[in-house]
Amino acid sequence: MVHSIVHPSRRRLLAGIGGATLLGGIGAPHIVRAQADTVRFGHLTPLTGFLGPLGAYAQMGVTLAVEEINAAGGVMGRPIELLLEDSVNPATASTKAERYITRDNVVCIIGEISSASGLAIAQVVERHQKLFLNTGCNSDALRGSDCNRYMFHVEACNTQYVKAVGTALLQRGLIDGKKIYFLTADYAYGHDLSRVGKRFVEGNGGEVAWEDLVPTDSTDFSAYILKIRQAQPDLIVSNLAGNQITNFVKQYAEYGLDIPYAGFGFDTALAWGAGKGTFGGEWPVVWHHDLDVPASLAFVDAFTTKFGKPPENQAWGDYVAAKVLAAAMNEVESTDTAALLEHFGKEPKLDILKGREGYFRDWDHQLMQEMYTMTARPVDEVQNEWDLMVLGPPVPPADEALESIAPTPEENACEL
Amino acid sequence: MPLELVFILEQVLNGLLVGVYYLLIALGLSLIFSLGGIVNLAHGGFYAIGAYLIVILTGEIGFFGAFVVSPILVAFLGMATERVFFRRFYRLDPMLSLLLTFGLAMIIEQGLRMIFGAAPIPYAIPGFLHGQVLLGKLIFSSYRLAILIVAILAVAGLWFLLQRTPFGRVVRAGVQNPDMVGALGISLSPYFTGVAALAMGLAGLAGVLMAPITGVHPAMGLEILIPAFVVVVIGGLGSFWGVVAAAALVGIIRGLTVYYYPPASEASMYLLMLAVLLLRPRGMFGERIARFE
Repeated sequence: MVHSIVHPSRRRLLAGIGGATLLGGIGAPHIVRAQADTVRFGHLTPLTGFLGPLGAYAQMGVTLAVEEINAAGGVMGRPIELLLEDSVNPATASTKAERYITRDNVVCIIGEISSASGLAIAQVVERHQKLFLNTGCNSDALRGSDCNRYMFHVEACNTQYVKAVGTALLQRGLIDGKKIYFLTADYAYGHDLSRVGKRFVEGNGGEVAWEDLVPTDSTDFSAYILKIRQAQPDLIVSNLAGNQITNFVKQYAEYGLDIPYAGFGFDTALAWGAGKGTFGGEWPVVWHHDLDVPASLAFVDAFTTKFGKPPENQAWGDYVAAKVLAAAMNEVESTDTAALLEHFGKEPKLDILKGREGYFRDWDHQLMQEMYTMTARPVDEVQNEWDLMVLGPPVPPADEALESIAPTPEENACEL
Repeated sequence: MPLELVFILEQVLNGLLVGVYYLLIALGLSLIFSLGGIVNLAHGGFYAIGAYLIVILTGEIGFFGAFVVSPILVAFLGMATERVFFRRFYRLDPMLSLLLTFGLAMIIEQGLRMIFGAAPIPYAIPGFLHGQVLLGKLIFSSYRLAILIVAILAVAGLWFLLQRTPFGRVVRAGVQNPDMVGALGISLSPYFTGVAALAMGLAGLAGVLMAPITGVHPAMGLEILIPAFVVVVIGGLGSFWGVVAAAALVGIIRGLTVYYYPPASEASMYLLMLAVLLLRPRGMFGERIARFE
């Protein structure tokens, strides 16, 4: 019908507009407003899957950091342009890291949480000689057998987590001479954590008498809890990951057992997901929003104003990484990798929003830093949904070297 | 009874309870597929919506109000989905409806993520259901026993509806031969809508029941969808009791695998599926449905 061609129906017109908008959106360039005189930071972190909840905080943290850096004059007077992408899995992380460097000319890559993806990114930056600041991968192997001179670790490694909470457990008399039940996530991270955890337990007179490898897609822990009740261990240790921790904590509370429990790895968002009256046990944490340090309180304040909720420890990692790197670039007045490597090689003291300053240890590029432990706040003292835990004193205490909780070269050899 | 046997019995009983979680999802999947031939990949999404609804509504209208209203809201959402989307696909290539429901599942998951964030949100067991029931050496969580009772009532209600009411007779006839039902002058269209409401409502109910014991997060639907599909396949399409038996069996075998060899606990159901399919390709109690053969 000629008529309908001359006067297309309104419906078809709307569909056309819709389709065009959609195509326009898809076809839009990756960088909407390319600026000639900017310094580009590439950020990669998982946004979907079981690490997705943490990745969301990572993006918030790095976004806030870049805003603040730019407001304070940027890097050598040039603003930072922040590129953000979902790293998805190791293969995609590798592809995106490659594209960041070769197409977008980023000066560095920040982020990641999955140790497998972290390793993939490390291999790309090594090829192109760019810096990668790891903000969320914990595996010791990444600092040991897989270590790499272009990779720096703001995130603490498994040994630091284990020794932090392990020291507290040891003082409470829950390790020496005790029989311990391990629940371990059945993939690389869980295995690495279990290995490090066993070394600590056995080195301190305890025995890992039981260990169940839990598939990562397990959501129901009742069968495990029944086994634990039957075994009657002195302590339960979680080497679980992601949503597994939330599910275990919720379901353990359901059965009302009086066996104490703790975790060797942890992220605060998982406790928030378990909720008031359910969260329990003793856990290590790399940073927490209750920390009474001026720089930390200022960060919490700025974050809460911008995002309407307090930062989770993952937000701290990506915030600190961007800040530390930008400060180093301003210090050496260059974004050149060799200059930055030389700078960090001198182990300069870094403000990391904690009571003590940290530094990247020269031989494995691990950030030497205080760790903390936390336990559940009594239910009647809980003020709001973010306030479920009580933060313990820093580990190691002020009179001990930060290195005392980090792996030794014998425990985790690295050739940079 | 030797202690070892007691603990095995405990795992078997607990496994039955775990099977119930899969059952409410699996029955809905089976119904929608048997009647309309649609493999509903978005079913887990409706389960997640049920869980989020009870979390939001408890603050507004209390636990009991939210417990009743949430599954009903999900059922209405199911009706709308059927009216707007599903009914355009019943007579088309199943690949198209698979793409449709895959898309819906992604939209629901991302929608929940955009509204509520990716992190799990807390929801606790209501106070009066706290605690445990001890039976000799066996221990049961009071809340899980409550879930079991609600689920048994829901399944019994569904069975009655399908087997003992005029509605159920038309639905069952529609499963076997929709053209003949049409020739008899009965329009199946409202029945499709009713079945979608029932199936999605059951998924919503499962979400409501699970919210206090599992993490409430956007991808929770995906976690339960695959085991539920496995249950449907093992039980056999079109068989009500087949799905019920398969859910119980999957739960028990998972419990025993946790007891003896935990790394294989999630894989156990797939091995069971493999064995059943080798021996009985239609599933344990699957009926012959002429148009799917």
